[in-house]
Amino acid sequence: MATRWLPILWRLVQTIPVVIGVVIISFVLTRALPGDPAVQFAGQMATAESIEQVRVALGLDKSLPQQFLIYCKALLQGDLGQSIATGRPVLTDLATRLPASLELTLTALILSCLIAIPLGVLAAVRQGSWIDHLCRVLVTAGVSLPTFFTGILLIYVFYYLLGWAPSPLGRLDFIYFDPPRVTGFFLIDAALDGDLRTFTGAAKQLALPAITLALFTLAPIARMTRAAMLTALSSDYIRTARAAGLPPRKVLFGYALRNALLPVVTTLGMVFSFVLGANVLVEKVFAWPGIGSYAVEALVQSDYAAVQGFVLAMALLFVLINLIIDLSYTLIDPRIGFSSK
Amino acid sequence: MTDITPRQTGNGMLTHLGHVMRENPVTALSFGLFSCFVLQAFFGQWLVPYDPLATNSARALEAPSADHWFGTDQLGRDVFSRVIVATRLDLTISVLAVAISFVIGSVLGAVAGYWGGWLDSVLNRILDTIMAFPLFVLAMGIVAALGNTVENIIYATAIINIPFYARVVRAEVNIRREAGFALAARLSGNGHMRTLAFHIFPNALPPMMVQVSLNMGWAILNAAGLSFVGLGVRPPTPEWGIMVAEGANFIISGHWWVALFPGLWLMLAVFTFNLMGDGLRDLVDPRRRT
Repeated sequence: MATRWLPILWRLVQTIPVVIGVVIISFVLTRALPGDPAVQFAGQMATAESIEQVRVALGLDKSLPQQFLIYCKALLQGDLGQSIATGRPVLTDLATRLPASLELTLTALILSCLIAIPLGVLAAVRQGSWIDHLCRVLVTAGVSLPTFFTGILLIYVFYYLLGWAPSPLGRLDFIYFDPPRVTGFFLIDAALDGDLRTFTGAAKQLALPAITLALFTLAPIARMTRAAMLTALSSDYIRTARAAGLPPRKVLFGYALRNALLPVVTTLGMVFSFVLGANVLVEKVFAWPGIGSYAVEALVQSDYAAVQGFVLAMALLFVLINLIIDLSYTLIDPRIGFSSK
Repeated sequence: MTDITPRQTGNGMLTHLGHVMRENPVTALSFGLFSCFVLQAFFGQWLVPYDPLATNSARALEAPSADHWFGTDQLGRDVFSRVIVATRLDLTISVLAVAISFVIGSVLGAVAGYWGGWLDSVLNRILDTIMAFPLFVLAMGIVAALGNTVENIIYATAIINIPFYARVVRAEVNIRREAGFALAARLSGNGHMRTLAFHIFPNALPPMMVQVSLNMGWAILNAAGLSFVGLGVRPPTPEWGIMVAEGANFIISGHWWVALFPGLWLMLAVFTFNLMGDGLRDLVDPRRRT
């Protein structure tokens, strides 16, 4: 029993240096770069005196290691600084906006997995058929598509030309009331509230941005599924399973797909890196009130505390996701031990 | 695939190139498109019919016509001219970014792969940490910290690409560190640096070229994305990302051409580099052909 938990514990321990590295880099981004942060934080109307005040208030008159300790201490207390634009703590801002981003990202990923994995499996099973070619075209086109451009095209077609989609402004049309906040996910909250109208309203609003993101992530997942399925299908155990007369369905899903899923899950980690970045662009296009558009507004207003808080939050989120992905390996494949690394 | 000609005439690489081109017309197409983009980048500003910055409020937001092939934008500027002229800036940003990450990645990766030990471990930890960030987000953070200029977009794009190059070089150098030819080079009196630079490193170049081509497309997307969110390039300058951003405001009123054409060009450029990368991979490493 202990041997089963040891690798998981070891993987958790491995996260610590990465988190420390992430904190160091975000500290470097805030403080140690050329340019005077005090001038930035003091704002544009600052005088020499007020800049000096800010410098002392931020602890910028101290040495770098001391500053780093102060930074870490503030982080441990959940203090990411104050946003100039909204006047609230950055952490509060991020926390209120995070569910919007997560709802969008997760919906997009689920959507793209639902399409990409069957597509990849079919392309591998019927290699050389039209579905294989379709898969290849989608994969090459998919990685070339700038997300923000796809989003704009979709708005033009589905909002302006066809009129199917609601206006691309935020999570919910103003004719609906926000559902009572439980999870912050509008779909789940509306469902919990039993409010079907709000639910469909939120779903309509979510459809286009989610499809935009899904199109972007379709390519790597479909490519990896196809490649992994091809490898699995040509392996000895599949030949044996076939020779033993197992039904094709069982061979395909019970043996081949189960083994092929491992590299696909690995790809998901990389896909998340892209998705969290693309999220920023999609949120800007659809005026989605998530943390991505928050960061973009902060950038425009030179609200540095907010930007740095956003970068740190995204990195920690990404580390957490990778941790979950690695841990989920042990559920899919008990052979894997992290100790071998 | 199967009819390999037995005779080996002239330059083997050129014959192979010709063979790959004939076998895969898509690769030939990508090389053709690539030359078009290079031409645009070099001569674009003399070929376009209008000044990309000249405004003409009398003819604002006109649909594509014989006068203005791609229509005009909200200030009456010719979208075609702007799209063509923008090629130079977009390609410059991505070429420079990729070149910087190529050089730095090569040096770091070669050193780590050749000497190993604590150097290798430290480098790996640093690369892991960079990769622990969602890369576009890290680029945003870097540009925000360094200041909002075009040079800083180049540096940011370069930094987030370094890990890819360093990893490729490290792996290629590491497996050849103890190879016969490397030991022979050492034995005949070459120093470590010389052996590494002239005997081992050139072997890493073919996979690196593939990486460069695949990376170029990504660098263009990244730079355009950054300027789309308002970083780096300033508004009157023609650049694809910022043009799409400006056009986005007019898409909901049906003026599709302002955003469509720069977006299309951007897409085509990225597509070209991705296709070329696949083609180069066939050329360099036929086994990994998909």
